[in-house]
Amino acid sequence: MSAYLLRRLVQSVLILIGVTFITFVLLYALPADPARMIAGRSATTETVERIRAELGLDQPLPVQYGRYLARLVQGDLGRSYAQKVEVEALLASRLGATFLLMIGGIAFELLIGLPAGTVAAVRRRGAFDRSVMVGAFLGVSAPQFVVGLLLLYVLAYKWPLFPLGGYGSIAHLILPAVTLGIAGGGWYARIMRSAMLDVIHQDYVRTARAKGAGEARVVTRHALRNALLPVVSMIGLDFGTFMGGVVVVESVFGWPGIGQLAWQAIQIVDIPVIMGVVLVSAVAILLGNLLADLVYPLLDPKIRYG
Amino acid sequence: MRRGWLVVIVVLALLAPSGIPTWGQGRATMIVTFKDDVSTLDPAIGYDWQNWSIIKSISDGLMDYEPATTTLVPHLAESYSVSADGRTYTFRLRRGVRFHNGREVAAADVKYTMERVLNPKTQSPGAGFYGGIRGAAAFGEGKAKEVAGIRVVDKYTVAFTLDKPNAAFLHTMALNFSHVVPKEEVARLGADFGHKPVGTGAFRVKEWVLGQRLVLERNPNYFLRGRPYLDEIVFQVGVEPNVAFLRLQRGEVDILGDGIPSADFVKVMADARLSKLVAVGDQLQTGYVTINTQVEPLNDVRVRRALNMAIDKGRIVRIINNRAAPANQILPPLMPGYDKDYKGYPFDREQAKKLLAEAGYPNGFRTTLYANNTDPNPRIAQAIQQDLAAIGVRVELKTLAQSTVIEAGGTKGGAPLLWSGGMAWIADYPDPNNFYWPILSCAALAPGTWNWAWYCNREVEKMVEEADAMVQPAQAAARAAKFRQIYRKIMDDAPWIPVFNERRYTMHSARLGGVKGIFVDPIHIPVHYDEVRVQSR
Amino acid sequence: MSVLCPAPERAVGGRIAAREEPPGTCGNCVVIPVDSERAVTSDQRLPPASRGAAAAARTHMARRPPTVWLRLKRSPAALLGMLVIGIVVTLAALAPWVAPFDPAEQFFDGLTLEGRPLAPNGRYWLGTDLLGRDLLSRLVYGARVSLLIGVAANAAALSIGTVIGTMAGYFKGWTAAVFMRFTDLMMAFPALILAIALAAILRPSLWIVALVIGMVNWVWIARVVYSQVLAISGREFIDAARALGVPTPRIFWRHLFPHLIPTLLVWGTLGISTTVMFEAALSFLGVGVRPPTPSWGGTINESQSYFLEAPWLVAFPGAAILLTSLAFNLVGDTLRDVLDPTMRGRA
Repeated sequence: MSAYLLRRLVQSVLILIGVTFITFVLLYALPADPARMIAGRSATTETVERIRAELGLDQPLPVQYGRYLARLVQGDLGRSYAQKVEVEALLASRLGATFLLMIGGIAFELLIGLPAGTVAAVRRRGAFDRSVMVGAFLGVSAPQFVVGLLLLYVLAYKWPLFPLGGYGSIAHLILPAVTLGIAGGGWYARIMRSAMLDVIHQDYVRTARAKGAGEARVVTRHALRNALLPVVSMIGLDFGTFMGGVVVVESVFGWPGIGQLAWQAIQIVDIPVIMGVVLVSAVAILLGNLLADLVYPLLDPKIRYG
Repeated sequence: MRRGWLVVIVVLALLAPSGIPTWGQGRATMIVTFKDDVSTLDPAIGYDWQNWSIIKSISDGLMDYEPATTTLVPHLAESYSVSADGRTYTFRLRRGVRFHNGREVAAADVKYTMERVLNPKTQSPGAGFYGGIRGAAAFGEGKAKEVAGIRVVDKYTVAFTLDKPNAAFLHTMALNFSHVVPKEEVARLGADFGHKPVGTGAFRVKEWVLGQRLVLERNPNYFLRGRPYLDEIVFQVGVEPNVAFLRLQRGEVDILGDGIPSADFVKVMADARLSKLVAVGDQLQTGYVTINTQVEPLNDVRVRRALNMAIDKGRIVRIINNRAAPANQILPPLMPGYDKDYKGYPFDREQAKKLLAEAGYPNGFRTTLYANNTDPNPRIAQAIQQDLAAIGVRVELKTLAQSTVIEAGGTKGGAPLLWSGGMAWIADYPDPNNFYWPILSCAALAPGTWNWAWYCNREVEKMVEEADAMVQPAQAAARAAKFRQIYRKIMDDAPWIPVFNERRYTMHSARLGGVKGIFVDPIHIPVHYDEVRVQSR
Repeated sequence: MSVLCPAPERAVGGRIAAREEPPGTCGNCVVIPVDSERAVTSDQRLPPASRGAAAAARTHMARRPPTVWLRLKRSPAALLGMLVIGIVVTLAALAPWVAPFDPAEQFFDGLTLEGRPLAPNGRYWLGTDLLGRDLLSRLVYGARVSLLIGVAANAAALSIGTVIGTMAGYFKGWTAAVFMRFTDLMMAFPALILAIALAAILRPSLWIVALVIGMVNWVWIARVVYSQVLAISGREFIDAARALGVPTPRIFWRHLFPHLIPTLLVWGTLGISTTVMFEAALSFLGVGVRPPTPSWGGTINESQSYFLEAPWLVAFPGAAILLTSLAFNLVGDTLRDVLDPTMRGRA
């Protein structure tokens, strides 16, 4: 196991370097001039050129990337072009909120999706199954902006049950998490349903039933564990996606997450911040997938990574 | 080592009970919402419309404007005088003005501040405004250790000498870039000065939680007695305009920093109770389409005039819910030099088609229109597209991210037509030359210019230089008349299609008040923070 | 000859139940229809589930298309689904004749005097959008873009993801490492920035959208397929097939793939909705369709902040997306049941 972990770690570092390189090249190729954006609209050409030299943006690409990598290795993520604040400070100020939103989001996705999917599988083709299906599609198709705004309007404005967006307590977390749960719960419900259907007709389940075990016990003790495999993959994927920021939900609810930071940074081509966010997001994705890969053998001992 | 700090911060952020407001208990507090985070409060660097007015409350310049007007008055300066040749300005500072750290302001601080702006290391966007000071160029290139044209006469007197007379110089002394900062604090804080600014202003920064809120508190030692009225201002950032609007109606918020969301605009103005909370005023802004004079067939003035006649400005204004007034010239109505009698190009499709035929394009032609992709600009661009199609000009639309559009505009031959919405020119100061030098002059032409029309008329340039030399107050009327002439001439060349002048709609809670017009102060957006007060009910 | 049955994943209480069953009466065995007796060859030795699937696939698809079709026709759900898909495709194809107005025309009377869009009324049946254009016409024309992207781009992403996930999960070891790390890389890839860069450099077109979506969406399915193939390839019947010398492509197609169908179905159908919205996001960045070309997602995107004032601008395109993906789901679900032999005889 530790050999496997070590291998994964080394591979992850290589991937991170690859991601930073690709992003750096893309930003370099972008037809937008950060020096111009910083200099503002009334700047003379000399001012722009001086700013460009100050930031090292007049150097050729390999030199710029080399400098970036050298600083990165020492833990220096640079300073935001626009805010002049250290990128680490910007990220740190938002990581906690992003993490919280991720937990809340995944929790609601599972809360909504797993029971619905399981029951839908067990009562296949029944009215419940049909309504879960329609519900899942509705949730996935509904734009998150609209769902969030509606929730705010009804549950925070018309009836002040929750705060009108913002950040600070568990009460602030509920509505954004529910919005994420509605959007993602449908996936979990459908995946759970199809995985359960696949498993529920396996021999050992029939055997368990034949042995006289009650339906509920059959489902939870025997079928569920195997059906969870694809669900675990999706949780791993969600981990990565959410930690990379969910711009729409964050902006509707005023949640100080990384997504908003990334969006703003991309508008003004604030390269250090963009690189920082891409890095954090990549780490989260790699971590999410690694955790999922570590969980698979726990669910199914026959899984070996060879 | 820094990674370790990162982990600690993350853990603390997770564990700490956050954001229970500690403001507003028993104090006169105003809450303003913004969508974007406040970027920096360093007066030498801050140059977006959001932090511009906040910086005005944290630091001060030699000159300022009377609240809710565009009238220049001395501010940190007690008085000033101009030499006979119009090239030397001598300012006498007020005595006893103190920085937030307690030290008194002296003339040496003014010199330090200006040199800091002109120093390339600071990366100040405002350096270009002061290029006319003698010795500024040499200083910027590193050839001189100081700016020769700024002279500390005595402890409280400083003199500026310019290369040529500039009638707008006093306006540049009111810009944020010239706001005085203390040398020792800048040295101590370095790049963090933008987040812990020290100035002489009516407010100081009490608390700044990145991504969440910025809290300002009253400076009890402000040199203007009786100001500011408020004890505290809280800026909540990251708030979507639609949600901010809901919060305002619930009484949780005092001012919508980003304005009334377009979706609710009509509803608000139609509602008797809500419309009372909205202050309406004009801005020093024009929205326009730039026509690239370097691109065929737009290099023919007849084609440009035809395009001007093809746009149905009334319909476009309707699309944005009548939040603007149609424009027929380059300057906005509030600007001195605006010509009330100028008729501009009429909306006349037949005439437009005739002009095109004259120019050799009876069947029209193909071209490209760039616009930025934030609402409502794609819609306005599509409306323009339809109007041009009616005279045979088939336009391909490119709605892209703002930085990309700006880049395309600044590239020679890059953007044949460009709708400026979202990046439209708002005057830096209320003087007509500000609408010329950065965006219409030959001097501004270089890669990356904001003169997206790539327009250059040497004759007009000479006229503007002459107008700028009319420095004396007695010449003001003549100068305005000359600018009217200048802009008429530019409109004859039709490098732009002026479309509308946006009005400002500031929605605020009922409990706020102040002198008439502070919510639509042309210089302070959304409101003059020093002058607004909470009225007791 | 002994019939091999798929072994249980987890022993029930430590006992392995299936092996105790007498040969030939394996619970998962399929009664091979008499009329396909001739079709059965060396598959006889293969595990019944796969054998049945293989036989079914061969006979039903190659020899007896009507049987699957008949099955589909018998299911009311599938019929409904096919009807809806048929309607949408027809509308899209015949858009110029079906749409009441030009989708790009901004009508003067399409907006109120203050510039608000009109609710559904006698002239504009589904109302107008923020520029006074007829929503119905825009939806009809928009079906072209949204169908193309939602179905084709989604299918492409699905295929790529399945291939990569299967190869990684089956071969494991270095192959898996390379493929899955590549997948990780593509997941972390800043597609947004790529899209902005492409938008500025290239002429926007649907191909670029399809390309970007293809580049981005396959990673999710690859991860999920990977986990499933890992599990399935651990089952005995795969070992058996390998031991019997079945060529790898056949193992993939006949034995692995049927077990992946349910997952692929979920991603294929739910994915239509997310792909359509993704196209809207890309068009917003300037990569996709150029204004004023309509698309369902695009209409939602540009009108969603006006939701409380003009809900029809989100409700109708949203309903269109919902109905289309639901329709594909209905057909797909039934198809899955028809093709899955383990389902036969158990409703």
